[in-house]
Amino acid sequence: MPRIVLSILVGSALSVAGAGFQGILRNPLADPYTLGVASGAAVGAAFLLLFGLQYALFGQWTIPVVAFTTAILSLFAVIRLARVQGKFQIQTVILAGVVMQAFLGSIVSFMAAMSRDAVNEIVFWLMGSLAMKGWSYSAVMFPYVLAGTVILIFYGRALNLFALGERQAAHLGVRVERTKYIVLSVATLITAAAVSVSGIIGFVGLITPHLLRLIVGPDYRLLLPLSALFGGLYVLWTDTLARTALSPTEIPLGVVTAFLGAPFFAYLLHKHKRTATGSAS
Amino acid sequence: MIRVENVSKCYDGEKVLDGVSFSVNSGETFGIIGPNGSGKSTLLKLVSGVERADTGTIELDGKPISFYSARQLAQRMAVLVQDGLPAVGFTVREVIEMGRYPFQNWFGFELDDHEALIEGIMDRLDIRRLASRTLDELSGGERQRVALGKVMAQQPRWLLLDEPTTYLDIGYQIQMMDYIREWQQESGLTVVAVLHDLNIASQYCDRLLALSQGKMVRIGPPETVIESELIEKMYAVRPLVLNHPVSSKPQILLQSEHDTRHDTGPKACPGLVEKEV
Repeated sequence: MPRIVLSILVGSALSVAGAGFQGILRNPLADPYTLGVASGAAVGAAFLLLFGLQYALFGQWTIPVVAFTTAILSLFAVIRLARVQGKFQIQTVILAGVVMQAFLGSIVSFMAAMSRDAVNEIVFWLMGSLAMKGWSYSAVMFPYVLAGTVILIFYGRALNLFALGERQAAHLGVRVERTKYIVLSVATLITAAAVSVSGIIGFVGLITPHLLRLIVGPDYRLLLPLSALFGGLYVLWTDTLARTALSPTEIPLGVVTAFLGAPFFAYLLHKHKRTATGSAS
Repeated sequence: MIRVENVSKCYDGEKVLDGVSFSVNSGETFGIIGPNGSGKSTLLKLVSGVERADTGTIELDGKPISFYSARQLAQRMAVLVQDGLPAVGFTVREVIEMGRYPFQNWFGFELDDHEALIEGIMDRLDIRRLASRTLDELSGGERQRVALGKVMAQQPRWLLLDEPTTYLDIGYQIQMMDYIREWQQESGLTVVAVLHDLNIASQYCDRLLALSQGKMVRIGPPETVIESELIEKMYAVRPLVLNHPVSSKPQILLQSEHDTRHDTGPKACPGLVEKEV
């Protein structure tokens, strides 16, 4: 039961954040990890696992707390990199994220390569899992996800205007720089909360908003709440499969989300080719 | 009333606008012309409030532009840009409704119902039949009409145009300018337009401001600005200037640099009198 609730929370968090990122960056490849949060969290977690410190500081909370902290640090670094004369250029944001991911990714790989014992643990953490997580994890995540989702939904109308271009949005009275800053930060915060608890679950945050866009259209006032709902259900569903398909062996959750999600998305994309090209631009 | 006084703007140490001053009266159509890089688009960005002038002041109805919040400004001023709308999956009606954004509260509601306004705009621009089509299914000309509809839904007092007809064919160009003029005459709108096409500028504007290398070259009614000597100074090409047989506004004819030896202008167009320069 705690696992079911947690899976819904993690799925919601990643999907809402993904929708927010895609709205601001207007890039179909944007996902919650665009700003390097996942790699940031991974560095923290891998470091603890490498030195066997995973229970050293706060018991079972050691990895989440440290991973969350390193994720936020990497977010600040990316924001610093991406700021040119007080403004966020979208291309710069994406590139800064890519640079940060490459850099931190190499550190994680290095740490994994250096250890013989911890490599398995690190790889498994990277692939994501919801196993053995009690109620307390959900309790900690819930306020983040709830508050973050509500804030992002309030920005839904502004994100619709962003779809017409930043200049159009500015002329309609949207405070463009502030909106970018708030949406990216909030989306990254809830992503960091999810990642620090569950490890890196790929594909959900990228695909859920796209999938819904194919079905309900480009309106963020609908997309954001629906992303929360369907993202939650999707991870719940895949986590159940991950647990039961090869029982008693458990498949890493990140593997299942992508393995099932990718073909389904390819099918939808093929079916709605026209709509997809329209809304992704 | 829009008043611009002694405004200058630098980008990376290079002066793109240098001491520009003018004022636009209510209900007037004011055109800004000039070659590429003359600073006309920058000037429009300053007047629309998306960028700030380095020195000088811009006043709207007697108050400095910084007095207005982004939202208050959008309730009074609308901007139509040349690139129009991207091919996204929103429907025509949804996009026109986006023009109401500055009047909505946090939850996206408005006190007064604006349904009739949106319907009226769609009728007037003849796009009601497109209402539930998405932008990616429309042609460039139709999309620019939707952009105009969105701007109309803002019910502004000041309308800024940034080369709104650049990507349109001549039919749509005239149609667009006529829609704007008709709307203006009805609502007493003040229009400031950056225009590429000198003939359109001359026909639709009450007064023109000629900019070259960030400086004002001349300001006045089209008859005093569209002159072949001035145009040659600004654009490095000497056109023939004739009066339009119907509107009697000055119009330019371009000619290849190789043909300037024998001046065939008036002969080629019998009945037209070459304007004295």
